[in-house]
Amino acid sequence: MTSSDPWSLTISQAHNLLANKQLSAVELTESVIKRIKHTDSKINSFITVTEESALESALNADSILARGEGSLLTGIPFQAKDNICTNGITTTCASKMLENFVPNYDATAVIKLKSKGAVLLGKGNLDEFAMGSSTENSVFFPTKNPHDLNTVPGGSSGGPAASVSAEQCLFSIGSDTGGSVRQPASFCGVVGLKPTYGRVSRYGLVAFASSLDQIGPLTKNVQDSAFVLEAIAGKDPKDSTSNAEDVPAYSDYLDGNVKGIKIGVPKEYFIDGMESDVANTIKTSIKTMEELGAEISEVSLPHTSHALAVYYIIAPAEASSNLSRYDGVKFGYSDLDSTDVWAALEKTRQHGFGPEVKRRILLGTYALSSGYYDAYYLKAQQVRSLIRQDFVKVFNDVDIVIAPSTPTVAFPLGDKISDPVQMYLNDIFTIPANIAGIPAISIPAGLIKNMPIGMQLMGPHHSEETLLRVSYAYEQAANHGFLKPSIQE
Amino acid sequence: MNLSNDEVKHIASLAKIGMSEDELKIIGTQLSQILDQFRSLSSLKTDDIEITAHPTSIHTVLRSDEITNSKADKDMLNNAPRKEGDFVRVRPVLE
Repeated sequence: MTSSDPWSLTISQAHNLLANKQLSAVELTESVIKRIKHTDSKINSFITVTEESALESALNADSILARGEGSLLTGIPFQAKDNICTNGITTTCASKMLENFVPNYDATAVIKLKSKGAVLLGKGNLDEFAMGSSTENSVFFPTKNPHDLNTVPGGSSGGPAASVSAEQCLFSIGSDTGGSVRQPASFCGVVGLKPTYGRVSRYGLVAFASSLDQIGPLTKNVQDSAFVLEAIAGKDPKDSTSNAEDVPAYSDYLDGNVKGIKIGVPKEYFIDGMESDVANTIKTSIKTMEELGAEISEVSLPHTSHALAVYYIIAPAEASSNLSRYDGVKFGYSDLDSTDVWAALEKTRQHGFGPEVKRRILLGTYALSSGYYDAYYLKAQQVRSLIRQDFVKVFNDVDIVIAPSTPTVAFPLGDKISDPVQMYLNDIFTIPANIAGIPAISIPAGLIKNMPIGMQLMGPHHSEETLLRVSYAYEQAANHGFLKPSIQE
Repeated sequence: MNLSNDEVKHIASLAKIGMSEDELKIIGTQLSQILDQFRSLSSLKTDDIEITAHPTSIHTVLRSDEITNSKADKDMLNNAPRKEGDFVRVRPVLE
């Protein structure tokens, strides 16, 4: 490995070389594919690698660049999480149910990236239907954390986070329903952004919990995150919940200046039972912000401790409805042995779904069933209002809040997979942003015993430019650079 | 709280998911443990609190009633587990 290997570039570095004809898009894609071949037997971040079509796209990008046209993303190779539909390429959701499902259309986020000339390399591993926090719920294989192959990369966007960390792509897109972009970003030492609900179209994202799901970028640094968000955000007639507000040029806000920005530190995010190293690392990072001129104060989000319960009622309830479409009739796995229509339906779902997906469907069905609807689903929606109001109140006083992304660093493979309650606790710091629909970003805050830990910045609806601006200023000041894992080819 | 075997069976039948006896037992215990985590919610007084079904204030979005290409093509049919000619083959639903 040399420092000039194209796979090791950031988006802006690669773009400059491409624009100056010092590197071709084909060379860049070939380099990245070589990197995948040399590392993915250890990491397992890809479910599908689309080498042939990637090289075709790269060739096409080169002809665009040769005409002096194109965008920042022209010729830049990326991975898409395998619950984001790709035309003609299997989109499995890491489930037996969709193992052979080939969409005949692209998700809007993918169309937007392709229209900017970005090169799709393949599809990233995930927990089945994005349900999980470790990527161990994939029906195919678990993904490994590039910083320590014995630990999980987090989840559910474990593939997209690990692939950026192992530099198998220049960026990836994942989905975040309760932290599925930010938690793996924290564990793998990359930048993961969950935009405001509705900022990015969900068209073509296989639905898990429709009032919580958002597509977001995973990148090597904050600037790249701004570039990708700029490309994928915007109103889409095919998603009626997408937002019509103008998409700012997010990268224009990255000036390194945070003077006078008011940052709240919510006391409920520094709790008993979290690793003290995590709290200390985040507190050190907050001090850095203060030295940069930000105004720090303690704030309170009093209903935080209820967010987990609210989430694990609302998300499974919505999932139980969304996943009722998998009936083995029009597409997906089907139990072909049964002749009876009801038996076929029950067997298709018994054998097509894995244990965590079934657990959540049943949980959601229970919460929505007659006699329990008021006590669980309605109650959760009311407490959802309280959690939202907590944020509204706090954002009257401060511009953003800062907290840890996760209570621990990455944990060993197999450690929590048999205990759903322990696994769910991983998401306690990331869930509130989805419940309130606010944007949140996880950026690397440093290493604890050689394992990355993320710091989370949350802001009011449509405050992505502030989150990115503060993140960028911190990244420049902390100056630890991209946290390269020691993975050997 | 502990869900009885019959309760779990009932939920599984509502969700149309087949379950072996072993699966019922395991999932019953796990669901009970998860539901225990939800108990904290009942301590909150929410009588006057509106529900949030959606995180942003969106209203019904309408579009003009125009015919567009729905892309119902052969590629889509190829995803059907059972087909005959240009049709998806289904099991008999009427007796």
